[in-house]
Amino acid sequence: MTATATPGTSGTDVRLAGISKTYGDFTAVHPLDLSVPAGSFFALLGASGCGKTTTLRMIAGLEEPTTGTVELAGRDVTALPPYKRSVNTVFQNYALFPHLDIYENVAFGLRRRGIKSVKKQVGEMLDLVQLGDLARRRPHQLSGGQQQRVAVARALINHPDVLLLDEPLGALDLKLRREMQLELKRIQTEVGITFIHVTHDQEEAMTMADTVAVMNAGRVEQLGTPTDLYETPRSTFVANFLGTSNLITADVLDTTGDDILLRAGDTKLTLPATRCTATARTGEKLLVGIRPEKISLTHADDAGTVADGRNRVTGRIAQSSFIGVSTQYLVDSPAGSGLSVYEQNVERDSRLVPGAEVVLHWNPAHTFGLDAAQNIEAGTDVLEAVPDAREAGT
Amino acid sequence: MTLATDHPPAPPVDGALHRSVRRKKLVPYWLLLPGILWLLVFFAAPLVYQASTSLQTGSLEEGFKVTWHFATYADALTEYYPQFLRSVAYAATATALCLVLGYPLAYLIAFRAGRWRHLLMVLVIAPFFTSFLIRTLAWKTILSDGGPVVRALGSLHVLAVTDALGVTEGHRVLATPLAVVCGLTYNFLPFMILPLYTSLERIDSRLHEAAGDLYARPATVFRKVTFPLSMPGVVAGTLLTFIPATGDYINAELLGSTDQKMIGNVIQSQFLRVLDYPTAAALSFILMAAILAMVTVYIRKSGTEDIV
Amino acid sequence: MTAFSALARRLRRNLVVIAGLLTLAFLILPNVVVTVFSFNKPNGRFNYDWQRFSTDAWTDPCGVADLCGSLSLSLRIALWSTIGATVLGTLIAFALARYRFRARSSVGSLIFLPMAMPEVVMAASLATLFLNMGISFGFWTILIAHITFCLSFVVTAVKARVMSMDPRLEQAAQDLYATPLQTFLKVTLPIAAPGIVAGALLSFALSFDDFIITNFNAGSTVTFPMYVWGAAQRGTPVQINVIGTAMFAVAVLCVLAGQLLGRRRKRS
Repeated sequence: MTATATPGTSGTDVRLAGISKTYGDFTAVHPLDLSVPAGSFFALLGASGCGKTTTLRMIAGLEEPTTGTVELAGRDVTALPPYKRSVNTVFQNYALFPHLDIYENVAFGLRRRGIKSVKKQVGEMLDLVQLGDLARRRPHQLSGGQQQRVAVARALINHPDVLLLDEPLGALDLKLRREMQLELKRIQTEVGITFIHVTHDQEEAMTMADTVAVMNAGRVEQLGTPTDLYETPRSTFVANFLGTSNLITADVLDTTGDDILLRAGDTKLTLPATRCTATARTGEKLLVGIRPEKISLTHADDAGTVADGRNRVTGRIAQSSFIGVSTQYLVDSPAGSGLSVYEQNVERDSRLVPGAEVVLHWNPAHTFGLDAAQNIEAGTDVLEAVPDAREAGT
Repeated sequence: MTLATDHPPAPPVDGALHRSVRRKKLVPYWLLLPGILWLLVFFAAPLVYQASTSLQTGSLEEGFKVTWHFATYADALTEYYPQFLRSVAYAATATALCLVLGYPLAYLIAFRAGRWRHLLMVLVIAPFFTSFLIRTLAWKTILSDGGPVVRALGSLHVLAVTDALGVTEGHRVLATPLAVVCGLTYNFLPFMILPLYTSLERIDSRLHEAAGDLYARPATVFRKVTFPLSMPGVVAGTLLTFIPATGDYINAELLGSTDQKMIGNVIQSQFLRVLDYPTAAALSFILMAAILAMVTVYIRKSGTEDIV
Repeated sequence: MTAFSALARRLRRNLVVIAGLLTLAFLILPNVVVTVFSFNKPNGRFNYDWQRFSTDAWTDPCGVADLCGSLSLSLRIALWSTIGATVLGTLIAFALARYRFRARSSVGSLIFLPMAMPEVVMAASLATLFLNMGISFGFWTILIAHITFCLSFVVTAVKARVMSMDPRLEQAAQDLYATPLQTFLKVTLPIAAPGIVAGALLSFALSFDDFIITNFNAGSTVTFPMYVWGAAQRGTPVQINVIGTAMFAVAVLCVLAGQLLGRRRKRS
C-alpha cells in the first residue's frame, strides 16, 4: 500500500521496517513499515492501547522491537540503547526529575555527554521557552504549562535528530492546549528537526502535523495529510475517529460509468468511482459516507428548489441543537436514522425545527465509498485520555 | 513514503541485543542473592533447626537426639494452655484498647490538626527514642501503690469495681492484669496510630462534605464513609499490635506478677533458664502456628488481602 | 441556658480533639516521668518513688559501672546492623519493585514472615541455630540477629518508595544520554533516598532498642536494653533516666531541626 505525503527535505529521516511488538500473546504493534521524512511534523493518532506509544518507544529505544528494524538517517539503530540514539523524548506527564531544579533538568542531557560549560546553552534554551526567571525552581512549583515547556527545552537542548512527543499536551486544559499546539508548531518550524507526535486528540493531530498516521489495534489504518484523511477516509474507523461521518448502507446498482450508482432506502445516490476505496460490484452492498457540514438542509415544501445532480435524501428532523456558529441537526430518514447535519447560522430557516420534513442534499463529489464488510460503528466510541495500558509495564 | 500493514515478520534483531536482554534477565537474581541468602541462613534455617529440636529428647548432659517425640507438643499444650489463652486474651484486649485510643488521635492528626500536624506527629514518634524498657519501668512509678493514679482510682471507687471484675487485686494496680494490659497498650499504641494515620490521611476530605451534602449526619459520615475507607489502616494496625503483643513477655515480667505470665515468659524461661530446648521450640511453633492461623483468618475476613 | 448548650455543642464537636489529646497525654506521660525522675535522689536501689531533687546523675551519667559501656556497644551494633540491613534490604527492594521474575511471591513471603512472627519465636529459633552450630554468643550473634530482623523493614520502606517512583523518570534519563550506571546514580538513587534513609533510621531505632531477640542471642554480652532489664531486677540507677531523657531530647531536636531546614529550603 502506498500513500502520498508531503515530500521530505534532505537529511535525517526515520524509517521503520517490519517493526512489531508482542507481549506474550498480546500483539501491541503488528509488523509495520513507516518512513518519516526529515524535517516533517508527523503525528501518530489513535485511541488508547492502539500501539502508538509502543511504536514511539521503539523509536526512542525504550522498548525492544520483537521483529523489524529502526533506522535513523539510514543507520540501523535497533540494537542501540536509548542513551546512544540522537533522539529525545518529551514524555507523557513530562517525567521531570523532581530532585533537580529546572536549570539542572534542562542541563541533564548536556552534562551526561560530558559538556562542562552548559550555562550559555541552558540560558538560551530557557529563554526560547520563556522560563528564564524560573531556572532555580523545582518542577513541582511550576504550572502544567510551564512543566511542559521545561520538558520540551530539556529535550531540544540536545539538538536531537528527531524529537518524540508522547501525548505532550494531554495533561493541560483545553485553552492551554491550543496555545501549546501553536507554540510547538512554531518551535518545530524554527528548529526544523523531525517531530514525531503521539496523540489521541484528532484535532491536535490535524492542526499540528504535516502527515498523520491513524493507528487502530496495532495497525496503521491510514496515512496521509490531514486533508487527505478527512476528505477521503479509507475505513469506517478513520471516518468516525476523525470528525464525524454519516455512513449509509447502500446497494450497488451500476458501476459502469465514472460514477457508481447506488440505492439507499427510497433514494438513489451517486458516488465518484475515484472516491470509492472498495471494489464495487453490482448487486452487492457499499457504505456511502458524507461529512455533516457538506450537507445542506432544505424544508420539504421547498424541495423543488434543490438543484439537479445533487444527492438527496428525505427525512424528518429528530433533534436540533444550537452551537453558536452552527446548528446541529439529527435527521431520521428511510436511508438511515440519526444522520447528522451541521448548518452555518447564516440565514436560518425558522421552519427547521424537530418534526419538520426536510430534504438533505449534497454535491456527490463529497461522497466517499467504503467496504460494507466492516463495523459501521468502528471508531465512534473510543475512550479518550486513558493512558496506554502498556506504557507502565516494564 | 510507503506503508504496509500486513508485513511478513522481519528477521530477529541482531545478537548483541539478545545478549543484553539475557543479561538483564539475571539482574533481579543478583540483587536478591545476598539478602535472600542471609534470610535463608539466619531466618529459614533456624526455623528448620527449631522444628527438629522440638522433636528431640534427651538432656543437656547426654545431648539431644531427634526421636520424633511429638508428645512434647501435647505436653507443652496441656501444661501451658493457660498462658496461651492469657496471651491471646491480653493481646486482644490491648489491641482493642489501642484501636479505641489510637483512632481519635490518628483522626485528629489527619483532619483536625491543621498546622499542628507535624508537631503532633513528632510527639507520637518521639517517645520511641527513649528505650521502651525505661518507659515501661516508668509505669511502675505511675501505677505505684501509693501514687496519685491509684489513689484517684480508689477514691472514685473504680478499683472496687475492677477488683470485683478480677482485673485488679487488693486495691492495687501493679502486679495485676490491668497493669500488664495497660503496659501492652502503651507499648504498641504507636504501631496502631501510624497505619491508621496513613490510611486516614489518604481520604479526600471532600468525601466528608459529599456525604454531609447527601444527608448523612456526622456520626453516619463516620460509620459509612470514614471508617470503611480507613479499613486498611485498621487491619494493618491491629496486626502490628496483636502479633508482637501476643509474644511479648516484658510487660508481664515488669508490670505483672507470676499470675500474669504470658507464653513469651514461658518460652523465655524454658529456653534461657530451664534449658529445656525441645519444650521451648515446641511452644514457639505452637505460638507461631496459632498466630499465623489467626492472622490468615483475620485477613480473609476483613477482605484486605492486598495489605501484605 | 443558651450559653450552656453552646458550650455543650462545642464540646461535642471537639470530642475527637479532646479524646485524641488524652491519648497523646497517655503516650507522653512515661517520658515526662522518666525526665522528672532523672532529677530524683532515691533512697534505696530503685528509682520508683520521688524523694528529692538532685542533679547528681546528670553531672555523672557514666557513674554506674557498665552503663556507658553497654550504651556504646548498643550504638555500635545499631550502626553496623543498620549498614548491613540497609544494603541487603535495598538490593532486595529494588529487585521486588522493578523486576518480574520467577519466585517473586515466595521472596515476598520470606520478607513478610519475619515481620509477621512474634519476636520471641525468631529469637528462640536463631539461638537454637547458634547453639547447634556451636557458635559462641556475643557481639557477632547479636549483630547477625539484628540484621536479620531489620532487613524486612528496610525492604518494605525502600520498596514502597521505589514503587511510587514514575518509571518514566529513568527512561527520561536514558533518553537524555545517561548510561544505566549514570541513570542509577543521578536519578534512581536520589529519588529513592528518602525511602532508604527511612529504612535505615527504622533499622537503627529497632536495633538500638531491641531486647527480646538480643536477650536470646547475647550470651553474657550486655547491650543497653539488657542493662536496663538487669537493672529492673537489681536496682535502677538514676543514670538510666538521664540517658533516656537525653535520647528523647536529641531525637526531638533532630526532628525539629530537620523540619526547620526543610521549611527554609522550601521557602527559598
